[in-house]
Amino acid sequence: MVGEAPERIAIESDADVVTARQRARALAVGLDMPSTDQTLLATAISEVARNITAYAVRGEVLLELVRDGDGRRGIRVVARDEGPGIADLERALTDGYTTGGGLGLGLPGARRLVDDFNIETAPGVGTTVTLVKWTR
Amino acid sequence: MAVPILKQGPFLIASIQSALTDTDVLQLRDDVMAQVTRHRSRGIIVDVTSLDVMDSFVSRSLRGIAQMTRLRGATTVIVGIQPEVAFAMVQLGMSFEDVLTALDLEEGLALLQARKEPGESGG
Repeated sequence: MVGEAPERIAIESDADVVTARQRARALAVGLDMPSTDQTLLATAISEVARNITAYAVRGEVLLELVRDGDGRRGIRVVARDEGPGIADLERALTDGYTTGGGLGLGLPGARRLVDDFNIETAPGVGTTVTLVKWTR
Repeated sequence: MAVPILKQGPFLIASIQSALTDTDVLQLRDDVMAQVTRHRSRGIIVDVTSLDVMDSFVSRSLRGIAQMTRLRGATTVIVGIQPEVAFAMVQLGMSFEDVLTALDLEEGLALLQARKEPGESGG
């Protein structure tokens, strides 16, 4: 762990989704992350942050610099809301499944774009998606 | 921020200048449809060179523009998808198989010209 306080971005509108991914890219640039990885991370954040505005109305994205046991650095993204939660998580992680009228690529797509992906959700409680992109 | 749409002969060129919110993308779709109708355009180029992210919403919306304009008898070409963006789109699962693409504005215009001419010569 780097020990700096995470950067918090409130997610309440589609403009906040853009802000979240731009801030993450700025952090990735600071870590000298390759530009392809910057783009993968920014795209994944766009997907999970949009899920907040689409399903939960509001929530937040936390961005944090992290370091693993081997000294490798990365960016951890926590996207969380206190929205309706996901009733069927397995299906929500399946390509093409959607309850929101989209393509159903958001969560399964975001998972393919990052190195670590974790999701905790409970109906009526909310959803927390955690992503990590490591430097190579 | 609104995307400027320029008319060039029978074609429209929508040149995206900066990061788009979802609202901006929907506005672009509506503006393109209105202009295609007003100018009886035969082709549309959407230049995404300046986009550093094309997530599933933007991709789906651009595909929607291509499909809607096709129903109006016009052809849409997406130009300028950056290499990193292309990589991310494929990982995401957005292959754009049913959307015409070209490397840049020049190639996009050449593609539209090539599609226009055979029809005009009467086949």
